[in-house]
Amino acid sequence: MNPILILIAKRLGLGLLTLWFVSFGVFFAIEALPGDTAEAILGQSATPETVAALRKELHLNQPALLRYWNWQIAVLTGDFGTSLSNGRPVSELIGTRLGNTMFLAGMAALISVPLALCLGLLAALWRNSLFDRLINAVTLTSISMPEFFIGYVLIFAFAIRAGILPPMSAISPTMGLPDRIVFTILPALTLTLVVVAHMMRMTRASLVNLLSLPYVEMARLKGAREMRVILFHVLPNALGPIVTVIALNLAYLITGVVVVEVVFVYPGLGQLLVDSVSSRDLPVVQVSCMIFASAYILLNLTADVIAIVSDPRQLHRT
Amino acid sequence: MLRTNRRTFIQGATALGLASTLPRAAFAQPTRGGRLRAAMGHGSTSDSFDPALYSNFYMRAQTFARNNMLTEIAPDQTLRGELAERFEANATADVWRFKIREGVEFHNGKTLTPEDVVASIDYHRVDGSKSAVKSSAESIAEISIDGPWVVMTLHEPNADFAYLISDFHFSIFPSENGKIDFSEGVGTGGYVVESYEPGVRTEFKRFANYWKPDSAYFDEIELLTVADKTARITAIATGQVDIADRIDATTASRVESASGVRLFRTSGPQHFSFAMNVTQDPFTDRNVRLALKYAVNREEMVEKILGGYGSVGNDHPIPSSSPYFNADLEQHSYDPDRARFHMKEAGLDSISTELHAADAAFTGAVDAATLYSESARAAGIDIKVAREPNDGYWKNIWRNKPWAASFWSGRPTADAMFSLTYASGAPWNETAWNNERFDKILIAARGELDEGKRREMYHEMQKLVHDDGGAVVPMFADYIVGLRDTVATPEVTGNNLDLDGLRFLERWWMA
Repeated sequence: MNPILILIAKRLGLGLLTLWFVSFGVFFAIEALPGDTAEAILGQSATPETVAALRKELHLNQPALLRYWNWQIAVLTGDFGTSLSNGRPVSELIGTRLGNTMFLAGMAALISVPLALCLGLLAALWRNSLFDRLINAVTLTSISMPEFFIGYVLIFAFAIRAGILPPMSAISPTMGLPDRIVFTILPALTLTLVVVAHMMRMTRASLVNLLSLPYVEMARLKGAREMRVILFHVLPNALGPIVTVIALNLAYLITGVVVVEVVFVYPGLGQLLVDSVSSRDLPVVQVSCMIFASAYILLNLTADVIAIVSDPRQLHRT
Repeated sequence: MLRTNRRTFIQGATALGLASTLPRAAFAQPTRGGRLRAAMGHGSTSDSFDPALYSNFYMRAQTFARNNMLTEIAPDQTLRGELAERFEANATADVWRFKIREGVEFHNGKTLTPEDVVASIDYHRVDGSKSAVKSSAESIAEISIDGPWVVMTLHEPNADFAYLISDFHFSIFPSENGKIDFSEGVGTGGYVVESYEPGVRTEFKRFANYWKPDSAYFDEIELLTVADKTARITAIATGQVDIADRIDATTASRVESASGVRLFRTSGPQHFSFAMNVTQDPFTDRNVRLALKYAVNREEMVEKILGGYGSVGNDHPIPSSSPYFNADLEQHSYDPDRARFHMKEAGLDSISTELHAADAAFTGAVDAATLYSESARAAGIDIKVAREPNDGYWKNIWRNKPWAASFWSGRPTADAMFSLTYASGAPWNETAWNNERFDKILIAARGELDEGKRREMYHEMQKLVHDDGGAVVPMFADYIVGLRDTVATPEVTGNNLDLDGLRFLERWWMA
């Protein structure tokens, strides 16, 4: 059997085990937080009787381990349960939000990955030039600024001053694709500014590392032009670390965008997770965390597979 | 302020002979149509249509759009029937009769019956109810139907019962076999819920068969949750929404300067307080409490903490907009000499105490406490401001420290406010104040149907809290909302809550 397929199967198995650990961890982390859904929902107006009544209705009076076991069995049969706080099916609650998060992450990735690769390539090609220094300075500055600040600056420039883009990205399911894109540009740009530096610098560093090796010298002596040397001789060997960094950043785009969602009023998964943690809504928190964990596992797996395919030597090292 | 401004402006304009050109816009008649987009700071993904669990202003606005209650607080603060065409109490105010309006239709085509009303109220009072208004619902001993009338017998007399039942939790839903169905948010209100994503948005369409004349003017409404206050401000400034609520006093003047935006202020019952625990030294002495009440510069606080968007408080929780407000009461003002006098009465040369505050209590609480400390120094009172963390403030600091900053959004009636926080043994009696005379008239006023006598009783209660109580109430804060020129408001708007009693979706229209 193809060793790569075996590797994928092994890693997926390990991934499932990781997910199980994560679900266990999340469950008891939420349990450890003070208060429960009944208290969180009733808030100020809570009296001991109403809290008890709500707990009974939500089965929160059962022991924690039993609830975890029941949840696990239900998930294995494909039932993600209903939200404790508003009684809606978790799959329905998360469905639209997940779609929105993926859309934003996709837009940001479409802009940032090619941009980072190109800038990194050019910086390696013209290393130590004025361009190299400028692009380093600019990307490092943008990564050093907090996301909400970048977001507000973009809103100020494009929505308030220029008036060409909407400041709020409150997209709705009934919106057409062109509208969706217009509404998502500003948050996607914000995320781009945050992730480009990491990917760009990794691209540049991996390329520059290899550029000092003898085989590159050989290629140059052969008379290959610098662009060709970088694209065809160096890049394939540098792909491994670059892809790993890209995967890491894509995972970040999916999981770490709560602040951007709040600033742009974007209805993504992050805000849902924050709300659900504050209302101790375990089924929703669990599934959101599972999704985030899966994104990390799958993207890392993809990165490894691409690295191995681009450099078969890696297969024998693992 | 805005309304007075406009009114004085028009008076001036009339005097100048401009009347023929101006008032048309100012007194425009309501017009039907248009799509309203409103951004509210409240709303969470944990919200649902379940009337037992409504908790925030967003759900209140949504409820008033899709549902009706038996009674309604009118813009002029009086109570009028909503789904109850008429309502009346017996002489002892313990049996209340509501005549249910006939021919009212739910969004799903069902006709409203007294059974729906009974089921909707019963939902909050059944055994094992998890309702936020369970305690109000439990004051009902028995509900019965008498033709078109629903009759509620109370355990104890309550002249305010019809007010109590106007609470948005008591929404009337369609029922079957005594069980209400709220799953789709179907009500008798002016707007049908087209779609609802909790914590994100509600889309409404006007209900063509709405029974209430002269209301629900918009064709469509998009009601958004925008938690970030900066996002609300940019949205209103750029015209992405027509209404944005919860504008900070500190940024209000900047919002107002944006073109096409005006501020809408509601001087309601929302107030801030510094609650002294009267069972702990040095606050056990009435003279110490009075000294502290004279040591705070209220005008300065309204100016600096509220940016002028508010009014001074008089150490009791009843707002000047309330029909029971006692205007004859002496206004406590900044007077270091009187503070010294009361200190001497208490046999003290100086007072040294700690005031605990965090911005969780209200925006600017720490700054307000610092101002208090500065103004009190002139009277020889040393107030140390203890800055507390926001997290857990209500649980760990409020009511646990002898003197702490606090916030009240207010209640629709004087009775509700007093019962909640000043009656001895009340769950949220933050000052641990215990006054026999006060408790006695509080209960007596509840059963008193004679308006004159009732007013006298509430005036006396305010005086007792004002002279003897443990709360320093330095200011009442206005609600500030940003409106675009696209929205028109009626001349008289409710000030029992933000946004026309949060019934703006039903009462306002597109300009």
